[in-house]
Amino acid sequence: MKVLIEKINKTINAEAKTVKDLLAKLKLNSTIVIVTRNNEIILESEKLNNDDKIKILSVISGG
Amino acid sequence: MPCKFCKTKPVIRLTNSSIQLCKSCFTRYFEKKTLKTIRQYNLIEKNDSLGIACSGGKDSTSILYIINKYFGKRPDIKITAIAIDEGIKNYRDLSLNDLKKFCRENKINLKIFSFKDEFKKSLDQLVKVYNKPCSVCGVLRRYLLNKYARELGITKLITGHNLDDESQSIIMNQFRNNMALSARLGPITGIVTDKRFIRRAKPFYFLTEKEVKTYSFLKNIVDNFNECPYSLDSYRGEVRDILNGFEARHEGTKHAVVNSFIEILPILKKHYSTTNLKEIKNCKLCGEPCSQDTCQACQLALEIVKPNFKRT
Repeated sequence: MKVLIEKINKTINAEAKTVKDLLAKLKLNSTIVIVTRNNEIILESEKLNNDDKIKILSVISGG
Repeated sequence: MPCKFCKTKPVIRLTNSSIQLCKSCFTRYFEKKTLKTIRQYNLIEKNDSLGIACSGGKDSTSILYIINKYFGKRPDIKITAIAIDEGIKNYRDLSLNDLKKFCRENKINLKIFSFKDEFKKSLDQLVKVYNKPCSVCGVLRRYLLNKYARELGITKLITGHNLDDESQSIIMNQFRNNMALSARLGPITGIVTDKRFIRRAKPFYFLTEKEVKTYSFLKNIVDNFNECPYSLDSYRGEVRDILNGFEARHEGTKHAVVNSFIEILPILKKHYSTTNLKEIKNCKLCGEPCSQDTCQACQLALEIVKPNFKRT
């Protein structure tokens, strides 16, 4: 699946069964990101499909 | 696990309780918690002229949105958005564009004051001489906010500081053995009441940064991702990373830091108001209120550049 990581403005290909798996593979801390699919927020337990387009938004912004 | 209240699809899990909430239950919870903090700590009072300190980022724009929603129609309350342009290229210019658009669309009065106008140099220029960008930025930004809030007749400055910000400040002060600074923290800042210092209130005090981000996303409050380039190597950034790492492994840590601090804050305030009370003077260079002969902003300027401030 395609995953856009907002903080680095990069889209990567990744495979994962759930959001939790995906974050673990990308070594991202779940407390500081929001994950969306089709512009809707999904939580860690959500199952993912190979053709999903995922966006990972950073919670931390500003100074 | 569905939403605790209406059993529909959840969008967030609250870290201090593990409750999951859907979009509408969460936005209701978020606004209720903000209003509760405002009520509990008297952050907004009758006849207040509120200055919302804004940057165009998610926190300040979200609090501006909520304040305008719940207090905008009250005839006794005046609302002004105040922004400080530090002059950080490809960061502040972008966020201020978002802020101007938001204020235009919501018919909110916006005032912008800049480092360039006031100090003749932008932060980008200042850090070439004094390589502590966060210290310089913080001192000068607070100076301008206080000065112009007072000139505009503002009675309270509202900021978008959230639980994450506060937990970082508490730990930073602890690490640096500076409890006097911590005594000034809390949902409403300051120890000594003086009309020359406009008090700063933090309605998002008990809400996490993730909750603010989630709220701003669900409400389509603009937040084009934008991180201050100077924050990446800062001391606060290091403390933030430590806390977030710990929170991932021990959920509820940040809440515990802030809630335990709130319990001892009255003791800290009492201690530092009686043992360290200094007469509030006027800076001999610029006339602004301070506890020493020269204010921090002028001290900084003397170190960096020849002072060329507007005098009040």
